[in-house]
Amino acid sequence: MTAGETVLAVRDLAKHFPLHDALGRRKGELRALDGVSFDVREGEILGIVGESGCGKSTLGKTLMGLHPATGGRVDFEGRDLVGLSKGAYRRIRSRLQYVYQDPGASLDPRWKIASSLAEPLVVHRPDMSKAQRAEAVRAAIRSVGLPEGHLGLFPHELSGGQQRRVGLARILTLHPKVLILDEPTSGLDVSVQATILKLLQGLRAEYGLTYLFISHDLAVVRMLCDRVAVMYLGKIVEIGPTERIFADPRHPYTRSLLAAIPEPGGRRITEDFALKGEPPNPASLPSGCRFRTRCDWAADRCAAEEPLLRDIDGGRFSACHFAETLDER
Amino acid sequence: MPPLLSVAGLRVGFDTDAGRAQVLDGVNLEIGRGEVVGLVGESGCGKTTLARSILGILPRPPAVIESGRIDLDGTDLLTLPARAMNDAIRGRRITYIPQDPLGSLNPVFRVGTQIMELMKWKSPDGKARRGRWPGLFTPYPHKRRRADRARVLEALRAVQIPDPEAALRKYPHQFSGGQRQRLVIAMALLTEPRLIIADEPTTALDVTIQAQILALLRRLVKERGISVLFTTHDLGTAYELCDRIVVMYAGQEVESAPIDRFFAHPAHPYTRRLLESLPRPDGSVREIPGEIPGLVHPPGGCRFHPRCPNAGSECGEHRPPVDMPEAGHALRCYHPDPMEPPR
Repeated sequence: MTAGETVLAVRDLAKHFPLHDALGRRKGELRALDGVSFDVREGEILGIVGESGCGKSTLGKTLMGLHPATGGRVDFEGRDLVGLSKGAYRRIRSRLQYVYQDPGASLDPRWKIASSLAEPLVVHRPDMSKAQRAEAVRAAIRSVGLPEGHLGLFPHELSGGQQRRVGLARILTLHPKVLILDEPTSGLDVSVQATILKLLQGLRAEYGLTYLFISHDLAVVRMLCDRVAVMYLGKIVEIGPTERIFADPRHPYTRSLLAAIPEPGGRRITEDFALKGEPPNPASLPSGCRFRTRCDWAADRCAAEEPLLRDIDGGRFSACHFAETLDER
Repeated sequence: MPPLLSVAGLRVGFDTDAGRAQVLDGVNLEIGRGEVVGLVGESGCGKTTLARSILGILPRPPAVIESGRIDLDGTDLLTLPARAMNDAIRGRRITYIPQDPLGSLNPVFRVGTQIMELMKWKSPDGKARRGRWPGLFTPYPHKRRRADRARVLEALRAVQIPDPEAALRKYPHQFSGGQRQRLVIAMALLTEPRLIIADEPTTALDVTIQAQILALLRRLVKERGISVLFTTHDLGTAYELCDRIVVMYAGQEVESAPIDRFFAHPAHPYTRRLLESLPRPDGSVREIPGEIPGLVHPPGGCRFHPRCPNAGSECGEHRPPVDMPEAGHALRCYHPDPMEPPR
């Protein structure tokens, strides 16, 4: 799909969590998001990848207004979402939806599927008549590939994969524009994962959706996403078209992340994987580049000067001083 | 030389309100000495039940072992008295690496206390005498203490924990996820086991940490000649770690092959569809039609036959016998796919 106009523009978004000592005194802050900027274009799937603690879930929740942002701006449908009142945010949320890791878990066990699917309409579309609502609910369950007969069932009568489908249908009843998907396939068996991925591809085409796809599974991201943003400790270190990033990563962290993907039947990572150590504590970050403590390319400049995201080859940005010359060193 | 572990015709059921669920339906499995075997299958296929049967920690009831044998070095573990299983096998000759190390470390004791408590009972040099007092209050056998502590420090160095002396004085929450996984791997190595059962030890970890842990685990067990049964639903990690892969589907083993042959020439229709359902870089992905069957009234014969494109009438009547298309490659299917590399 060709990418259209920008639907969501994020500029210098920051979310700092205060840290307190045992007596409740402020002793610093954890910069979960530290100046994140990117655009999401209409109809595209933008993948956000990174390891735990890199801020990718915080990013999704801050965009949704579940955490108030510390700074920056988020432009969506002509308004800045940062600093919006709770009521105004609620109206936005029918257009900008958040899909939890297991959307099936948001179903009330004592409600029939039909009631769960109708609930978002009752809240957000009080103008709809009962018959219109019932029609919308039937359309939603058909779109996720389940028979209408399932509307009369309770959640426990469905399998885990079907529950996830219902969870997605529930989000689609409101015809959102942008979906933020937070690890929608983690913990799934590969065959169930395959059905969910197919479903996500189909729904995007059918409803013209735009996805912000947060995941740590690079194989899934590579398959599904048009562009990828790689995060490390609260910052985007590289962002660009998926095929360019996977074919020729231009940030040392992206390189080690890609080198760590197991490829069944291919090269074994355990034979040549080299990344040392673990991410530093996000509450006390190293000076300059945050990756330098684990980076093979690190030089004096990396400690002194924080690298900024810059355009490397027309459309792909990397935050490394040596992005162009990684192969020569 | 006979294999280290051999499971033959193991049938395990779980009594539920709806009737007995046949979770293992005549499973066969062999693990050679020093061999790393990956047990691959989707949730509910019985891999954890099989691992627990070998460790002798099935919750009985509701679990019922109906028939079969589990032989470790010629001893049938299923007929061994519980006391002998606890003293001589579990935690000594067979150890366990859990999926979630945080859940198996006690948050209120220092790591050193917990590891030494393990050594008190399971040290290769002997065990503490069972006294009147439970667990922690039994005194440590004085004579071995120094040697055991040296052994613990040695194991922590082997798993590359920085500054092992200091690590023993810390609490579990002071370690990162990767370090905690290293700690439980060290604990699994301490008692010089013959077999380690690793239950998805890297699912909770990030990819870069996972790569480090897999490389470490493989090197350690190969150096020491320890056999490993590695259960996972992730074919990628199985490929990294294992010498051989056994695929299970709904309580039946369907195919077993050496690692390179497994990925180059999968033959069972389920195995092939499992490999095809991995996401591909070109944006395509293929589903397996249908859903995993319930185990209370499972399909007869080969349990994959309702979802199988090759199924004939005999598939629903009898379970296919073991077929050996090539040495080391065992297959249970009447109508295998042609053994070409998957697409």
